[in-house]
Order: sequence, then C-alpha cells, then structure tokens
Amino acid sequence: MKLRRTMLFMPGNNPGMLLNADLYRADSVVFDLEDAVSIYEKDAARDLVRNALKYNEYNCEVGVRVNHISTPFGYDDLEAMMSVKPDFLRLPKSEEVEDIQRVDEFVTQAESRYGYELGSVKFVLTIETALGIRNSYELAKASKRVVAMGIGAEDFAADMQATRSRDGKEILFAKSQLLLSARAAKIQALDNVFADVNDEEAFCAETLLGKELGFDGKSVIHPSQIPLVHGIYAPSEAELEKSRRILAAYEEALANNSGVIALDGKMIDGPIVKRAERALAYAAAIGGQQGGR
Amino acid sequence: MMKNAVGRDIPASLNGIALTPYKSPWDCMPARADCGGKGGLPESNKLVKSIEEAIEATGLRDGMTISFHHHLRNGDYVMKLVVDAIARKGIRDLTLSASSLSAVQDALVPHLESGVITALDTSGLRGEIGKLVSAGKMAKPVMVRSHGGRARAIELGELRIDVAFLGMPTCDLYGNCNGVDGPAACGALGYAMVDAACADKVVAITDNLVAHPLRQISIPQTQIDFIVKVGSIGDPAGISTGSLRISKDPKELIISEYAATVIEHSGYFRDGFSLQLGSGGASLSAAKYIREKMKARNITAAFGVGGVTGIFVEMLEEGLVDTLFDTQSFDATAIASLKKNPRHLEMTAAYYASPGNAGPIVNNVDAVILSATEVDIDFNANVLTGSNGKLMGAPGGHPDTAAGSNLCIVALPLVRGRMPVVREAVHTIVTPGSTVDVIVTERGVAVNPLRKDLLDNLKESNLPLVSIEDLQRLAYKLTGTPAPTPPGGDVVGLVEYRDGTIIDVIRTLK
Repeated sequence: MKLRRTMLFMPGNNPGMLLNADLYRADSVVFDLEDAVSIYEKDAARDLVRNALKYNEYNCEVGVRVNHISTPFGYDDLEAMMSVKPDFLRLPKSEEVEDIQRVDEFVTQAESRYGYELGSVKFVLTIETALGIRNSYELAKASKRVVAMGIGAEDFAADMQATRSRDGKEILFAKSQLLLSARAAKIQALDNVFADVNDEEAFCAETLLGKELGFDGKSVIHPSQIPLVHGIYAPSEAELEKSRRILAAYEEALANNSGVIALDGKMIDGPIVKRAERALAYAAAIGGQQGGR
Repeated sequence: MMKNAVGRDIPASLNGIALTPYKSPWDCMPARADCGGKGGLPESNKLVKSIEEAIEATGLRDGMTISFHHHLRNGDYVMKLVVDAIARKGIRDLTLSASSLSAVQDALVPHLESGVITALDTSGLRGEIGKLVSAGKMAKPVMVRSHGGRARAIELGELRIDVAFLGMPTCDLYGNCNGVDGPAACGALGYAMVDAACADKVVAITDNLVAHPLRQISIPQTQIDFIVKVGSIGDPAGISTGSLRISKDPKELIISEYAATVIEHSGYFRDGFSLQLGSGGASLSAAKYIREKMKARNITAAFGVGGVTGIFVEMLEEGLVDTLFDTQSFDATAIASLKKNPRHLEMTAAYYASPGNAGPIVNNVDAVILSATEVDIDFNANVLTGSNGKLMGAPGGHPDTAAGSNLCIVALPLVRGRMPVVREAVHTIVTPGSTVDVIVTERGVAVNPLRKDLLDNLKESNLPLVSIEDLQRLAYKLTGTPAPTPPGGDVVGLVEYRDGTIIDVIRTLK
C-alpha cells in the first residue's frame, strides 16, 4: 500500500524549503511551479526545482506541480522535469481527457528518450472546475499513470460561484463525487488543502470528515498540519485490536469450515473482514516512521 | 587599665591579646572586608545623592575592579550610567567584570577605547565590543568565564571585586533588594547575589526606593553599602519579553521533538527526574514535547533548573514540576511566578553552577537541552564565536551544566543559512566533548560513543541515530566543504573552563 496521507506543497522558488522538503515526514511533497510562483519567476523556479531534484536525495515521494499545457510554461515545465524524473507530476486544472492524454504522450516520449522505465512517472490530478468534477471518472481513467486525484477547493468554489465557509459544506458534494470517481477507477482520492494554517480546530474537523468519507489523505500547505493529519488517519489501538480479533475469528472459521462467523455476538461478513485487513495493512505501512511519532 | 566611654575599667590586654576600650556605637565599626559582613551605618549614610557621590564613597580609584550583573539584559541602563560617571571623574584603567555583556553594552565602547576600562571579565562578548576585542584594541586580554566559573572565581577570591554597582529593581531605605517588584522588574538576581556577597563595596542603584523593610528580599541589607536612586535602571521592553513562546518554525520543532524523545528513552525519564531547559530556540520548544510525554506517561519532575521561562512556569503550576530553581527569569510569566509561587526558588550563580563549592545544583540535573553556535566530531561545543571566530555569544551555564548533568543534549540545526554547524573542528572550544552526550539535529541524532549505555537505551526510540562523522559529512554534502578559517593573530582573550583552567584562547581576526 502506497501511503499518501499527506501531500505537502512547497513553493518552487524557495531554496531553503526545497532543501528541507523531506524533513517534515509528509508521505509526499509537491514542488509547485504553478500558483505559488508568480509569472515573473516561472523560469527561475523551474531551474531551481530541476536542480533540487538533481542534487538532493529525498527520503519521500516527490512530485512537481507543473503549469497547465495550455499556458506558455506547461511544456517547458514538463521538459525540464522529465530530465530529472520526479516520482509524479501533479496536473492542475484537469478537465479534459485529451489534455491528460497529451501530457501522457509527452511523458512517454521523454521516458523513452531518457531510458526511464515506461510508465514510471505517475500523475496526480487536481480537479478545479465543475466540468472537471463531471469528467472525473474519465479523467481518472485517461492514463494508466494516474494514481490519485484531489480537488482544488478555492478554484472549484469560484467556478461554482459558491461562498467559501469554514466547514467547507459548499464543496462537500464535489468532494463526494470526486471520491466516488476515484474509488470506481481504483485510484487514491486526496482531500483538499485547508488554507488557514492557524485554524487548527476547523482543519482537524475537515480532515476527520475527509477520513470518514473515505479519502486516502490530504493535501497540506504547512508542516504543522502533517502530524495532525497523520494523527487523525492513524487507526486507534482499539481499532487495531478489534481488527486482529476479527481476522483471527475469520481464519478460525475458515479452518473449521464454519459458515457463519460471529465475534462478540455480531456477525462478521466480507466487508468487515476487508476493513479489518485494510486497517492492519495501513498500520503496517505507517510503522517504522522515524521520530517516535 | 583604662576607662572606656561608658566608664568601665578595661585592661589594655589579656592573655597577650590587645583590647580596645569601647568608644561609641559607630567609632570603631569594622570594615566589611575585615569581618566578612557589613557593619551597620545609620540609614541616612547609605543613601547617597548621585552615582558620582557613590563612586567617591566607595573609594574607587585607578586600576580597581568594578562589577555589574546582566539581569536587565538588553534593557540595562546601569552599566552606561556608572561608567559614564566614572569617566567624568577621571578614573582610569579599571577592570570591568560582568556576569555577561548584552548587545546594549556597545554603549561602553568609547570608554574601552579611551582607557577608562582596560580589561574585561565576562561571560558574553558580542557586537561592537566583540569587534573591538577581535581587533586587538583592548589593552589587556579579555577573560571569558562560564556562570559557574565566575561564581567560583569570585567566591575563592581569584576575581576580587572592589566595587559592585548593582541595578536593583526594588531597594528599601536600608538596602534590602529584590528583582520582582518595580518598573524594571527582572525576576531572579542569581548573578548579582554573588557580587553582592563578595565585593568589597556594594552600591545598589534603584529606580524603586521603598520604605524599610522590604518583605521579599533577594539581596539583604547586610551586603549593601550605598544606595542611589535614579530615574530608571532599565527599559522593560529590553529586560523581558511578554512571554517567550514556542517556535512555529517547523524545522526547529523537529529538532525539539527529537531532543525530547532522546530524554524520553534515555533511561533518566522517570518519576522524580530533573530537567534544565534554556531560553533559546529548540531548547525552549522542547518543553512542549517533554510536557506532552510527561502527561502521557503520568510522571512528574522533582525540580527544574533555569533560566526560567513561561512554559516552565506552566509546568510548575500544572504540577508536572515540583520545584523550580531560578538564576534568571526570562519573561514576564517567570518574573510574576518568582514573586508569588513559593515553589519557585531564586538561587545564586554559585548554587546553580560553581564547581568551587560543596556541590551546585547542576550536579543533580538529570537532563539538560542546550544549544550551540557549532559542534564538532569530537562533540566539542562552541557557544562563544561563530565558525569564523567572530565573537557572538556567551558560555553562560553551558560548560557547567554539561559537566554536572547526567544527560547533556546539544540541539541545533545541521545547517544555518549556508554554513554547516556540525564540523570537523569547532573554532572555539567552550564545552569539552567529553561532557556532551548527544547532538540532535533535524537530520540525525548522534550519541557520544563514550555513552554506550545511552546508545543501547535509544535503540528502541525510533530516532534517526547516526554517527557524528556521518552527520558532519551530511552537513558538508549539503553546503560544500567549508574553506579553512584563516589563522588568527595574537592572543587577546582567554576562555576559562569552569574549574579555572584555560580551555581555549581568543585571537585577533584579520
């Protein structure tokens, strides 16, 4: 299981942040060449990120948010990044299947040219419009490289002419739709960025809701948000203990060829076993993280 | 036989000891230096009208040693007021001993250049005074001491203070003083207490002169010879911040969390342990994580030592720490706590850290978290200069508590700006590596190989344990190998280890 509980955005034009990107124990980091970088610094940031990927050894998954291919910077970004092979490209404003396919073609050619394993550079889509949400299943299926998708809450709300609220109810439907498409396409779903880094309470409420809905993780914009997400996404010891007992009961029933399985007077069926297995696999994936966290 | 002033016959001598017949209550008062305690003068004789008058009254003359404390930190007005007055009186060639020199004391530079002050004896050296020393412009070499080392030198008479000029936030009419009341309240007076007890003459300079007797007394009337009332002894904004808060710098928080995790798994983290935290950066922030871990494991500390800050006070008030020992109070919360909380105790610098007595409290500290400007692969720590030799810090209690504690952690970033901070050799050794047990950075934690017990204990901690050499190589990989520092010139200062031996020297910089 590839953990993507947290995907930390770092502006692509800040050398100190790029150097320390992997310190904060995010599961993935994204160097941003798009909205975090002003139009006057696009080429400088591109050079900086390319060199950061070239010279630094990161201990986590590293991606780059490139500019959309419809902008003057999109293909230059792709060309520069493919020379240093990030783990994934985060594709903004994903809306049309053809756009994803065009990027896929470009990346495939670059992979051959550089001798990388074909298909090794993954895509994470950001959906930021009503059309994008409508097309989200098709977008998820547009390329085998797509491993996850998330929603860009601010842009999406603007496109919807919605008013942003602290609890994010105006984007709840879109989040649910995105999650549905992701699950149908068997890719991961990433919860949206929460912009107010000082509002820990609302951040945690939103993160908990996302986890309960079924998201795999959350995009974050400050290192302080990372332990909060990891804490909320971590299965509790009680949950793990119950999962272990469910699996033990299940295995015992299998061994005894017993048809009906019960634990503590409640029936255990397929979905419950599946959830228990998922919780334990998840805990195993989290295990071994450094720092006593 | 002769008649004394009250009419009794007194022999001239008895058993070979000459006797002096009584004359009056005041005629034959012993000088303080002779009896070790101050004879009483009538109240009016202690209070003098100005600093100039106090200087005259103390008999200060060329070549003597004067002393100051740094409890007013960067808000201090006293040192400048006094040295300006001394200069106006034409007194020269003095040694100035201070528990530290904050940046505000750059105002003394004209007096250092003109020869009013020709020697410095201090913990801190920075700013313009630091540059002056590095340029070789002081007539005599500078002596840099730790807080414990200075207390030792004063108490053993190696550093003899002729006149101590002590800024006192509150002083009563007969000389009882404290630091917790008054407009320039600074909290504990631990460094000043040593000077007050041992200097030949002591002048209290206050802007809050109150009726006798003061109820809360830090420095007693028995040690104060003269009192001067001035308009203001310091700027509260420079004396303390409102409350030192935990950093939001994510890198610093990682360092702090690792440092707290080292303590947690060290073997010393048990009910009744003791802890010292500094006021800076990662050391302060570590309190947040230690507090969480103490609560999670339901353990409390017997005592804390500082440099006390607000977060330490919160831990005291929550019952996580039973008693606080305080030499200096860094923020308003700590100052208020020292005033009101009977479990928050003021201590002298000697009680805190001097190796010259029967045992300072640093000897009882289980774990301490310190910082440094740089460390090296032998675990030596520099807290005085930068890697280029520039004077920018102070030993403070660093060598004292490193030596005394069971577990000394130095927590610092691997790289500052573009400078590696874990290096092959530090520029100036202030704290010897044999007293530093663990170096914590954001990219790895190195345990001193002398501490095999700690290495074993920390194996279960999930910390990123690395060798100190690997840590240094990683730093150089990120920054490039630093060019060698140009060799310094003449020796212009000595770095005294706490026991009075010289551990390093300060040379002129080109």
